[in-house]
Amino acid sequence: MSKSFLEVDGLSKVYPDGQGGDLTVFEDIRFALQKGEFVCIIGHSGCGKSTILNVLAGLDESSSGNVVMNGKEVKGPGLERGVVFQNYSLLPWKTALNNIIFAVKARWPSWSKDKVREHSERYLKMVGLDHAMDRKPSQLSGGMRQRVSIARAFATQPELLLLDEPFGALDALTRGVIQDELVKIWEETRQTVFMITHDVDEAILLSDRIFLMSNGPNARIAESVRVNLPHPRSRATIFQNPAHQKIRHYLVDFLVNRSGSAQPDEDGTPKVIDPSDGDAVPQRVAAEPEAETETTAKAVNA
Amino acid sequence: MASTSVRAGMLSLVFLVLFLGIWEFGTQVIAPQQGELSEYELLMGGADQEARVPPPSEIIRHAVAELSDPFYDRGSNDKGIGTQLAYSIYRVLTGFLGAMAVALPLGFLIGMSPLMYKALNPYIQVLRPISPLAWMPLALFVIQDSEQSAIFVIFICSIWPMLLNTAFGVANVRQDWVNVARTHELSPIKTAVTVILPAAAPTILTGMRISIGIAWLVIVAAEMLVGGTGIGYYVWNEWNNLDLASVIFSILMIGVVGMLLDLALGKAQKLVEYKE
Ligand SMILES: Nc1ncnc2c1ncn2[C@@H]1O[C@H](COP(=O)(O)OP(=O)(O)O)[C@@H](O)[C@H]1O
Ligand SMILES: [Mg+2]
Repeated sequence: MSKSFLEVDGLSKVYPDGQGGDLTVFEDIRFALQKGEFVCIIGHSGCGKSTILNVLAGLDESSSGNVVMNGKEVKGPGLERGVVFQNYSLLPWKTALNNIIFAVKARWPSWSKDKVREHSERYLKMVGLDHAMDRKPSQLSGGMRQRVSIARAFATQPELLLLDEPFGALDALTRGVIQDELVKIWEETRQTVFMITHDVDEAILLSDRIFLMSNGPNARIAESVRVNLPHPRSRATIFQNPAHQKIRHYLVDFLVNRSGSAQPDEDGTPKVIDPSDGDAVPQRVAAEPEAETETTAKAVNA
Repeated sequence: MASTSVRAGMLSLVFLVLFLGIWEFGTQVIAPQQGELSEYELLMGGADQEARVPPPSEIIRHAVAELSDPFYDRGSNDKGIGTQLAYSIYRVLTGFLGAMAVALPLGFLIGMSPLMYKALNPYIQVLRPISPLAWMPLALFVIQDSEQSAIFVIFICSIWPMLLNTAFGVANVRQDWVNVARTHELSPIKTAVTVILPAAAPTILTGMRISIGIAWLVIVAAEMLVGGTGIGYYVWNEWNNLDLASVIFSILMIGVVGMLLDLALGKAQKLVEYKE
């Protein structure tokens, strides 16, 4: 066996379809993540992205297959895997700072009070919220709440960070600002991140690789697209790189034209694609370079 | 224009003055009734002078006298109103705390385990509608002590709202928050204390507030039954003495104490409330 940091092998999820039969949401999901990678997963709504992420988090169980991290099978949730939920999931009766302290205390029970506080404040500063430390979540905007939630996840320094559409509920302007912050934190910490998004530009800005999921039922991770753009990246300049356009067109083409039919390689692993290497760009996309979909239209340069 | 609360306060005062005025005037017109004694008055030994509804001025005089020395104790049938209320409050709080000690853990158990909920729900549904006073004879027989029996009745009537609200609050804690506890590897005890308890606290406090209200309603009736001490016994005793000014004054005090108990729980409720 290979020695990847995270190995996902043959995951599937089956629900009863309500008429006595079975509904296979996704099947034979196989991929591996290397330490320090940032990977996004894109796919149409309902194909099972959240379910896969929850299985990685240990909050949900797959119907078959297994997940191995650092050579140990993932069974149930654990502190070595941090999760950022779309709806922030902050504890509303605690202040922003205390929400982070709550997590840090759980992570390092032996730390002194001062050390816990100092560590927590540092991460709150990283997301630019040191001025709002003592406010409750209800007194924060959606964007600020999500920053607290991101700070909480990074503060516990998990080996794997799982983000489920973390910016999905935010307006485009706020989303842009927090994306920049996420880029900054990630450059500082180089944590391994697995993130769901429906925003093509966000995926390109953040990821080393992007997984493309075919439509359900029986969804698969069909392709793994390499994002060959140098770090550190910035929202303002990333568009100037010619590779950016190629990657973007490739992703949009997949979502618009091919997500219904795409299949992984024979051995079940995602096809490896590098759109920045010109040949990989399908003809069709080159012909209509301004193909916009609902998915991307929402997203462009906030 | 004065604020609404100032105007409401003034209006309340007007209503009070009107009400007391009509009362005072009304009782004075009826009082000097002469002539044949009715059958009732004969039965009461012609005691109509004492038995008439006293005017508010008399009640206020009585209240001032009682409240200037509320805690005197001159034997079993002559205790100050404060002393009697203290007995009742003591019983209510003892029974209530006992109920809390049972209802909160049990409510947690039922709220967290659908199995326990299903198993215990039939008993709860049968026991809950029983008038707490119906337990009194059984309590007196088993416990053989009137004081303890009154406390037991309070215990029984306080338990249900707390139990059901705790179970409901715990069962309906947002799954997201439970997931936060799970991803941070909190032990079940820690999860219960640091996540579920604060999340369910507003619902639990609502149950406690309902419970203390019911307990205060029930203690008066319970003390009328078991006698001895307490505001319920006191009201009944004053009625037997035909001291209606004292009866009315006691009724007022029951209302005031009930309101204070509710206010205290309301304050506690404010403390644990949170906005999502
Ligand atoms: N309890 C359930 N019973 C049946 N189907 C379910 C259940 N929970 C989720 N699903 C189905 O699983 C699919 C995947 O859901 P999800 O992982 O949330 O998708 P995504 O995050 O990609 O939008 C959806 O099509 C949903 O209808
Ligand atoms: Mg989802």
